[in-house]
Amino acid sequence: MRYNALQILKQGLSGNRGWGRAWRKPDPKPTYDIVIIGGGGHGLATAYYLAAEHGLTNIAVLEKGYLGGGNVGRNTTIVRANYGLPGNSEFYSHSLRLWEGLEQELNYNVMHSQRGIINLFHSDGQRDAAARRGNAMRNQGDDAVLLGRDDCRKMLPYLDYDQTRFPIYGGLYHARGGTARHDAVAWGLARGADQRGVDLLENCEVTGIDIENGKVTGVQTSRGAIRAKKVAIVVAGRSSQVAAMAGMRLPIESHVLQAFVTEGLKPVIDHVVTYGMGHFYISQSDKGGLVFGGDLDFYPSYASRGNLPMVEHVMEAGMTLMPMLGKARLLRSWGGIMDMSPDGSPIIDSTPTEGLFLNCGWCYGGFKAVPGSGHCFAHLIATGRPHAAAAGFRLDRFATGRGLMDEEGTGAQHNLH
Amino acid sequence: MLIPCPLCGARDLREFTVKGSALTLDRPAADAMPEDWHGYLHLRDNPAGPSRELWWHGAGCGAWLVVQRNTVTHEILSVTLAEQEAGA
Repeated sequence: MRYNALQILKQGLSGNRGWGRAWRKPDPKPTYDIVIIGGGGHGLATAYYLAAEHGLTNIAVLEKGYLGGGNVGRNTTIVRANYGLPGNSEFYSHSLRLWEGLEQELNYNVMHSQRGIINLFHSDGQRDAAARRGNAMRNQGDDAVLLGRDDCRKMLPYLDYDQTRFPIYGGLYHARGGTARHDAVAWGLARGADQRGVDLLENCEVTGIDIENGKVTGVQTSRGAIRAKKVAIVVAGRSSQVAAMAGMRLPIESHVLQAFVTEGLKPVIDHVVTYGMGHFYISQSDKGGLVFGGDLDFYPSYASRGNLPMVEHVMEAGMTLMPMLGKARLLRSWGGIMDMSPDGSPIIDSTPTEGLFLNCGWCYGGFKAVPGSGHCFAHLIATGRPHAAAAGFRLDRFATGRGLMDEEGTGAQHNLH
Repeated sequence: MLIPCPLCGARDLREFTVKGSALTLDRPAADAMPEDWHGYLHLRDNPAGPSRELWWHGAGCGAWLVVQRNTVTHEILSVTLAEQEAGA
């Protein structure tokens, strides 16, 4: 069923009884051409683009829980292309262009809202760094405007501009950045993949990867064995466990990142605002809740919940930036499991096992990458060659030292990103 | 999260800094192969469950600690002084 205004009218007049399920619930077939492990945003996008762009439809997506129940439903929904390094820059630019056509392509409202992102800076040195980053973004073909303090005051009147530690000097404005409804992104991609014949298998946990003579032949799952010519691992925080089934040890540490939402409020924050010095960023959902987050808890964790010291730190940072925040009541907090790579950049690559592909290492930036990651991973799986926009995301860059993409400039080591 | 420091007793998480896997205690020899250094610097078992980690009690006694901790439940299983570990 196509979704459109006429359909809403028609269904509305007939008691809304005609809406069908957005995707089937098929039983596993014994054999597929391609099995994708992981039914999150990246896995669903990979399946969608394999079907839509490469005409490959004998595909199963295996999800151990329910579709979109992992990080694609646990993030803070920000979509942007404001990276500075070659390798990352063209990839996120590619991803943002896919975002801009995603709703039309999927016939699904993902509530993509290009409300603009402002990265604040607090010193002359930081202004120089912001200008340099803005130039890199514009050279890539994306947008960036350097805002002064007065420009910021007009757009963000509610900030405390004269706090003693980090007075606000201005911000880097990325107008095409914004947010999207995260669950809808998973649902829209799932529907699009399903409509093209992809089997989405929920409650189907992979327990083993079958390899014969250095070539992948299928997977063992909680719903039985499934044979496949190609297997793709795209499981975020659980990458190390699934890769271990294929005898691999990854350059990944899993960490917990917390996020928070307040009670619903009237519109007050029109953009996404980031406050790097406080490790704090905030936006307002269309439902009215203020959505914000901070930094990792910094110890390895699979708990999907964090500890109180980071909660306190995030609240303090928020209050120093916008004192009005203290009047809002916090409704919920939660954690997601981040697959942290040593240099803070992702991996989309083949593996030493023929027919086995790996997509991981998105750290705390995976949501905005969903369409780009799926698009490039699908290209790699279908053609055996990396997509030009993701050619730098190689697994071997840590072993060789060539092509490290350390966006923060802190060093390609665990616990520095 | 409270971490029972062998020298100071149970102390709040805020007093500690985590370094990551205690694998970092096992530094390869200077003439080790590049693959050994790659394993030491980058590759991790990243266990979901009991894990052996290196923590620093920076706002306390300043000792480096080997903490065995469950990464799924955040339960602390044991804490010892890193200087008493083999290879330290």
